[in-house]
Amino acid sequence: MAFIKRNANGSRRSPFAAVLVIAAGLALTGGGYAATTAAVASTQPVSAAASAAQTEEGRKLFLANCASCHGKAAEGSTVAPSLIGVGAASVDFQVGTGRMPGQSSGPQLEKKPVQFTEEQTAALAAYVASLAPGPATPTEAMVATNGDSTRGGELFRINCAMCHNAVGAGGALTQGKFAPALKGVTEKHIYEAMVTGPQNMPVFNDANLTPQDKKDIITYLKFVESNPSAGGYELANLGPVVEGLFTWIFILGFIIAITIWLGAKSN
Amino acid sequence: MSNAVTARKKSGFLAGTANYLDERVGVAGILKEFGRKVFPDHWSFMLGEVALYSFLVLLISGTFLTFFFQPSMVPVIYDGVYGPLKGAEMSIAYASTLDISFEVRGGLLMRQVHHWSALLFVAAAGLHMLRVFFTGAFRKPREINWVVGFVLFVLGMAGGFTGYSLPDDLLSGNGLRIIDGMIKGLPVIGAYSSSLLFGGEFPGEAIVARLYGLHILLVPALILVFIVIHLFMVVIHKHTHYSGPGRTDANVVGYPLMPVYVAKAGGFFFIVFGIIMLMAATFTINPVWNYGGYDPSPVSAGTQPDWYIGWLDGALRLAPSHLEVIGGGGTWAWNILLPMLVGVGFLVVVAAYPFIEAWVTGDKREHHVLDRPRNAPTRTAIGAAGVTFYAVLWAGAGTDLIATNFKMSLNQVLTSMQILLIVGPVVAYFIAKRTCLSLQRKDREIVLHGRETGRIVRMPHGEYIEVHEPLDEFDQWKLIDFKSYTPTLARPNAEGKITLNARIRSGFSRFYFEDRIIPVTQTELDAAHHHHDEPAIAETPKNAVTSAKKPAAKKAAAKK
Repeated sequence: MAFIKRNANGSRRSPFAAVLVIAAGLALTGGGYAATTAAVASTQPVSAAASAAQTEEGRKLFLANCASCHGKAAEGSTVAPSLIGVGAASVDFQVGTGRMPGQSSGPQLEKKPVQFTEEQTAALAAYVASLAPGPATPTEAMVATNGDSTRGGELFRINCAMCHNAVGAGGALTQGKFAPALKGVTEKHIYEAMVTGPQNMPVFNDANLTPQDKKDIITYLKFVESNPSAGGYELANLGPVVEGLFTWIFILGFIIAITIWLGAKSN
Repeated sequence: MSNAVTARKKSGFLAGTANYLDERVGVAGILKEFGRKVFPDHWSFMLGEVALYSFLVLLISGTFLTFFFQPSMVPVIYDGVYGPLKGAEMSIAYASTLDISFEVRGGLLMRQVHHWSALLFVAAAGLHMLRVFFTGAFRKPREINWVVGFVLFVLGMAGGFTGYSLPDDLLSGNGLRIIDGMIKGLPVIGAYSSSLLFGGEFPGEAIVARLYGLHILLVPALILVFIVIHLFMVVIHKHTHYSGPGRTDANVVGYPLMPVYVAKAGGFFFIVFGIIMLMAATFTINPVWNYGGYDPSPVSAGTQPDWYIGWLDGALRLAPSHLEVIGGGGTWAWNILLPMLVGVGFLVVVAAYPFIEAWVTGDKREHHVLDRPRNAPTRTAIGAAGVTFYAVLWAGAGTDLIATNFKMSLNQVLTSMQILLIVGPVVAYFIAKRTCLSLQRKDREIVLHGRETGRIVRMPHGEYIEVHEPLDEFDQWKLIDFKSYTPTLARPNAEGKITLNARIRSGFSRFYFEDRIIPVTQTELDAAHHHHDEPAIAETPKNAVTSAKKPAAKKAAAKK
């Protein structure tokens, strides 16, 4: 900037000064942001280079299905957040679990039948990812259930159980919001939820939980899900409340029926 | 002598043994005394038995568990068969619980038998208490036995809680943390008591072994002692019975212990045992392996105590926040103290109820015939209010599950419960009382006019009547055999003064007995039957009947 000094005979700045300052500021913050997010993103292999055709397909889908709330350039609006920089992982999670496109406003968006095919979801993800760098969808190897389930269980109890319950049965949050049950959620979606922190969930980035940690957690969850309880029917894994109700209604109810039978006068 | 010997030989081994025992410990006398004890027959009298049998199952399964459980908090690295915990650091207590669940033959079944029967024990005891309350079986001479039963219920809660905390898993540790917090919330003594109980800062390394001592020694011994006292008093007082012809406050109508009840109760024990085994074999309870070993940092969503502690947990959850007062050299955590006071207050009222009611009625008679709940409307209404209060607190422990499973806002569920806790009992009181009074009115109608048959008959003079079928004596007895109290006035004592005590008592008496339906008297009954017979026998025109009646009424009036 040294060469755009004030003229000796006046105080007029170069007409390009403002433009230059803004451009420099933008380059600095944008570059810095890209550098920092790239530091996080670079630990993940970038998903297969999205072809321009796929991105274009995604853009069309976006304009037709998402733009009314998220804006034509995904810049967000008063009713929906900006999607610039949320990454492919976020789109894959939100659209892949049917949460997006959202149908109605409520305390939180709920899982519902998926609206798009896998190709369409991938195209949407590619389009959003093309807007700005963000977390990519995990590869098969990253979500394979061959991690350490003991470590995963411990990490799950420390980081996730306070909302999702120790066995992932879900739990209540404030004002009608809730942490959903994790049974039946695919490995990929669990991973993406951790990376992107959808809705009320905090983000567990790779500095917080490394990809290996995430893999261990997924391994643990899938073990619990695929191994039925050794003790018999699980009563939805909801703990002592359900056990108490079961005792009163079924066990005591059954026994009372028998006492009535025993106490009945013979005809 | 040789004759006697041959006679004994002839009669066989059983009689020989019986005689041997009789000559040494006098079994004949004992059998004669106990074997001829009469017990009445009714399904609701078996609820206490269910509690007793579940306790026996608890003793049997608990003994099995003590063979394998190690109450130590020394950390070990788990090397058992359960995959997702292999290599994890945990206490020996938790590791041995996992071993019982996965490696001891029949261990998991026994754990589940023990836990289900614990839940059933307290539930059956609670239901038995409700039966005793609503039928007025706590009245003289059984007030003390009510208190003994109450102590048993509280001991059941204590036994359950000490057991719940033993496996040292995350769930039980979270529960203990709440107890620790409650103890620390006590003014002045809180921190010291917590430190004393846990042997230092929570969780320490002592608590499991200490709770184990309480759980397998002190609490069951106390429960056993109180059960003996409880049953001994049943023998002294004899069992109550429901009203019926020939049943009075001076007798018991039923079957003898030997052989009828020994067979029935023995069979029933195995039925209860069988049901518990069936449930334990098919339904998971407290899957400790899911929760992981206790670590003070994680807390799981949906952490709840077993059902019998639930109402106290609910009280904590429903307590308004921001009640802490700082002053007097410390923090007064009213958000903890208030629910504790409410809990203790509720228990005190439950324990003292027989004495309160006896004081209000001033009834010093013995009662062996039970009340039908409708015939004691105020008591039933108070009971309904108490049940509602307890139920709301109990449901309070499940606010998070109610919110998630019924898609409601947790905050709104909590607020609704707070309102319900105050309003619910009042509403329940009035509904129950009005229902009782209406049922009593209906009973009165039925006794005086018989059952409506729905058969309409046209009389010769053109009048239509519905034929009422009179009750048989047995059914009628049930409807008319009850006592009704009238409100007492505050009377001056010997010095001519009306004391405050007398005023309060008469106030309570009005509260209890102001609204009442008086039992049908013999005179009313005779009059009603007479009246009913008239149209059927004397088929005279209506005018004739009324004219015949009128002079009689006038005469009666004149006589006055």
